Amino acid sequence: MAEHNSIWEALGFRKASGVGEAGWGRTLIVAIVSFIYFLPVLFIIFTAFKPQDAALSVPPTLSPTSLFGLIPGQFVFTPTLENFGSVFMRSMTAGGAPEPTGFDRYFFNSIVIASSSVLLALVIGTLAAFGFSRYPLKGNDTYLFIILTTRMLPAIVVIIPVILMFRVVGLSGSYTGIILLYTAFNLAFTIWMMKSFFDELSLDVEDAARIDGSSDTRVFFKIALPQVIAGLAATFVFGLILTWNEFLFALLLSGPDTRTVPVAMNQAVSSGGRGTDWTLLAAIETLFLIPVFLVTFFLQNHLLRGVTFGTVKR
Amino acid sequence: MPTIEIRKVTKQFGAFTAVKDADLKVEAGEVVCLLGPSGCGKTTTLRMIAGLERATSGDVIIAGQRMNELTPQERDIAMVFQFYALYPALSVGQNIAMPLHYENLSKPESDARVMKVAQIMHLTEVLDRMPNQISEGEKQRLAVARAIVRDPNCFLFDEPLSRLDVELRHSMRGQIKEVLTGLSKATVIVTHDQLEALTMASRIAIMKDGVIEQVGTPHEVFAKPVNVFVASFIGTPQMNLVEADLQSFGGGNANVVLAGQPLSIAADPAVSRLKPSKVTVGIRPRAFTTAQEKADDTIAAQAELIEPMGAETLIHARTLSGGDIRVVVPRDKRVKVGEALHLKPDPRQTHFFGEDGKAVRT
Repeated sequence: MAEHNSIWEALGFRKASGVGEAGWGRTLIVAIVSFIYFLPVLFIIFTAFKPQDAALSVPPTLSPTSLFGLIPGQFVFTPTLENFGSVFMRSMTAGGAPEPTGFDRYFFNSIVIASSSVLLALVIGTLAAFGFSRYPLKGNDTYLFIILTTRMLPAIVVIIPVILMFRVVGLSGSYTGIILLYTAFNLAFTIWMMKSFFDELSLDVEDAARIDGSSDTRVFFKIALPQVIAGLAATFVFGLILTWNEFLFALLLSGPDTRTVPVAMNQAVSSGGRGTDWTLLAAIETLFLIPVFLVTFFLQNHLLRGVTFGTVKR
Repeated sequence: MPTIEIRKVTKQFGAFTAVKDADLKVEAGEVVCLLGPSGCGKTTTLRMIAGLERATSGDVIIAGQRMNELTPQERDIAMVFQFYALYPALSVGQNIAMPLHYENLSKPESDARVMKVAQIMHLTEVLDRMPNQISEGEKQRLAVARAIVRDPNCFLFDEPLSRLDVELRHSMRGQIKEVLTGLSKATVIVTHDQLEALTMASRIAIMKDGVIEQVGTPHEVFAKPVNVFVASFIGTPQMNLVEADLQSFGGGNANVVLAGQPLSIAADPAVSRLKPSKVTVGIRPRAFTTAQEKADDTIAAQAELIEPMGAETLIHARTLSGGDIRVVVPRDKRVKVGEALHLKPDPRQTHFFGEDGKAVRT
């Protein structure tokens, strides 16, 4: 038994002697799983840097460098930035002169639409969540349930009445329309997320603030809100990812000027009758990843930090 | 004068009555402890005074004004919560300054006030830290500091010391008492710890199942419990409550059969009005004199379990009829397990309770 233990220990599977002390074995497993997870993303990023022929070659090229001769030459490609250029400027007809593709506009659209709808949903949703948590209505749970029903149906089902409604009120193809729609969709998620964060807070702290002379508004902004910053960050990131990548509503409800990147991407790769341009697609996707990557990265600290920790003993 | 008064206050949660017809008056400068077991309604009573719960019926009067409909911030009170309820996103200094917000003080004025209470509560070193970076004792002192920074009508404490370890609790008890004495406000402290109540309170209100059973000075509730519940709740070790048959009363003595033995003991004249009946005799564990030899008017029992408590020794003894009896003897009195004891109760510390559980007393 003792030997057995020592073999496992030698491999790094020892029992952690304290918090924050995983062995090398466990770390290695996590590293491998993470790498497998990341592989598709990595493949797309590499493809974005590949010349056309390298992207379609069999066997596939796998690496931009030979890693000091470790990887055989046939798997190595020479990286190029050409694809990124053609995201914004390329010839639309065979042999034609390069012309602007409008992708700068589409990126701008995506950023404006996604961020404003997620922020709007966050503002409204957080207020609503606080209300649902602290001032419950008669049949509170019923309303919460109803709020969630729009997300229970597939988007394709919901889209039909939405298209009709937008046609009637003239919101189709406008920024306002698509932002409002995304806000409405994010609201359900935001309210549910934020309500659970508010539910976790100690009510005594808020009672204390009231006794200390705080109005309900001040209790919300000064006491409750600072305690759920981690929740706000998490909700913002998840909402942003969902909205950023949304395709169906954007396809059917955005106009030529308000087109978002996922819609434009679809059109860019399937137009021109030359088959799918994989390197162009990969280049758009790589650029498309960057904003969400950055936001998530910068909010990561907030995602992990719990501000209430240790102030209220349970 | 800033007093607190509740009149016939009742609180119902649905069909459940948490507090029933509670009457209590706290004078300025007086500290009243609401004492009772868990779930007896003492915290609910406190929260109704604070305005955090609305009384179903009855009046809450603070500083002579009926305040039932007023919000907590309009009542001008300060409260210390059981779990401290510190503001997690604010520093220690900002926590103390929070109640000053509505007084519209200038920054230097407010800083001076914060500094003053920080000195009283020994918090000057940690003013810039966050609540999760200070020790348990400091959190407790911060909670008190936040309450005394203003000049409110009255103070409310909800189990202020329950989270501290024994040593810290002891020193905080002294500190809070000292601070309260200096402020001379009406104060209500909720506690389930009788020692806390006995040491800190001017008067104690003992609650059970939403009803205030007795209000009195620590001495009164200990020496003259109004019923069996108060008698058993106050005092450690618990008072012995022994079923007995009252047979007759003569010459200032009650003649009872207690644990199968006849016993004649001096009793309150009011006992003479009782018909021969079942009574409960309450005897404090420290009220016995023990003898080795059998004598008249003693209770025979056998020592079963000996618990040394330091200065004294607690003996669990069994009477001839099988009942338990607790006896506290001085340390130098050696008793062995199995030894026969003859216990003579001190009449001045012996109480008679009628069949309804109420004390029989003039």
